[in-house]
Amino acid sequence: MSQSDNEDDIPPAVLPLDGWHRAMGARMVPFAGYMMPVQYAPGILAEHRQTREAASLFDVSHMGQLLVSGEGSAGALEAVTPSDIAGLAQDRLRYSLLLSATGGILDDLMITHRRDGFYLVVNGATRIDDIAHLREELSDDITLNHMDDHALLALQGPQAMAALERLAPGVGRLGFMTAGAFELLGSAAWISRSGYTGEDGFEISLPASHAEALADALCAQPEVAPAGLGARDSLRLEAGLPLYGHDLDEDTTPVEAGLSFAIARRRRQDGGFPGTERIAFELSEGPARRRVGLLVEGRQPVREGALLLDIEGDEVGHVTSGGFSPTLGRPIAMGYAPATLAEPGTRVSLAARGKIFTAEVAAMPFVPHRYVRQGDPS
Amino acid sequence: MTLYFTRDHEWVRVDGEIATVGITDYAQGQLGDVVFVELPVIGDSVAAGKEAAVVESVKAASDVFAPLSGEITKVNEALVDEPGLVNSAPEAAGWFFQLQLSDPRELDGLLDSAAYQAFVATL
Repeated sequence: MSQSDNEDDIPPAVLPLDGWHRAMGARMVPFAGYMMPVQYAPGILAEHRQTREAASLFDVSHMGQLLVSGEGSAGALEAVTPSDIAGLAQDRLRYSLLLSATGGILDDLMITHRRDGFYLVVNGATRIDDIAHLREELSDDITLNHMDDHALLALQGPQAMAALERLAPGVGRLGFMTAGAFELLGSAAWISRSGYTGEDGFEISLPASHAEALADALCAQPEVAPAGLGARDSLRLEAGLPLYGHDLDEDTTPVEAGLSFAIARRRRQDGGFPGTERIAFELSEGPARRRVGLLVEGRQPVREGALLLDIEGDEVGHVTSGGFSPTLGRPIAMGYAPATLAEPGTRVSLAARGKIFTAEVAAMPFVPHRYVRQGDPS
Repeated sequence: MTLYFTRDHEWVRVDGEIATVGITDYAQGQLGDVVFVELPVIGDSVAAGKEAAVVESVKAASDVFAPLSGEITKVNEALVDEPGLVNSAPEAAGWFFQLQLSDPRELDGLLDSAAYQAFVATL
């Protein structure tokens, strides 16, 4: 059988938890410039189910963690995103987008208002470009700290809170999209109630030197097992969450991508972000194409690159993510379709590997989100 | 009955002019969880070294090549409902297809068990 090649000109770098992953039996692959665990011994399906039923620990230290500080930081970030940063309360985080002059998406990210500045988490593959972009756009009195000495771990699943509460008492008081400083195994950690799986969960930023101790302590909890990139991808696909570089890129706009919620109402009126005109036009007239969910008929997955055809067999769109949904037990996909074909229930044809598949446009998420909006006050 | 292997990680059990084909335990471990198998059609002609089936894991699709030339005589219908058999029993219940050999001389080009194990050890 055929096996895929990996061609990287620069040898991948190594995560703080590299040795730990290997000791845990991970299969490592290059991703975003790092060797990363794609799965451990249980395999992707088991790790996916573990996350939906209990809790999984993901190493997401490849992602860029940035601290933006200095006077005028909020305004500076508003100049490069369509978000309301000035109105973002302390200890709250928000999903945001870095936009190009034509309204295309340069990256998606999380922005948290902390006491020491604005804490950004950007995609690993775009980290270098994002830093360069921000450094160019932010004035010189704004400090951009790359936080190179920090690791980022994500604990996700309905049992995540129970497990983490034992190590960080009080973390259960956080509600979805809020964060705080906690002492974790004697180290200062920043914990937010957020994630990329659709489940309840937490993202933990801490000094890289403490990452292994934390990973061991979390995996010692009965609810927790490690999970890799393979499960991370199948989970986010079920959750309808886009992946930058696949479902989002510089040629997609927030409105096309179904991310209008990331454009703050005040910003729609006042503008002042890149691509204001294009976005205003799409908000008022509707975009020509939309990101849609696709329920594929049959059992064979239809993956990124497949073409979406209209009733005449003409190519009118494409699939940007696709795979097998362990929760639904069937293939699902995400892609772009003309607005006229974007209504849930619309049947479309997909062309891949010399075959035609039938699919039905579906609302996302495919698997309902189970965020815990309100923390436990006790 | 003789067991042969290919460098593409297929196994072949040959009984007279009938060959049963599957993928090896090494291959299924590399693939990860199998979610779908596209089998050839009974009556199809296959040529040695050409794609005969497709196995889809969670992450990607991989081609399964025909180790020998011939006509497909049987396919493993059990894989339709239980593609995971490829992982749990790759060299038994997870077989893919059977073919009638058109050129038994092609057997000379296959590896025996010892040669295949030696090959896998180099990977």
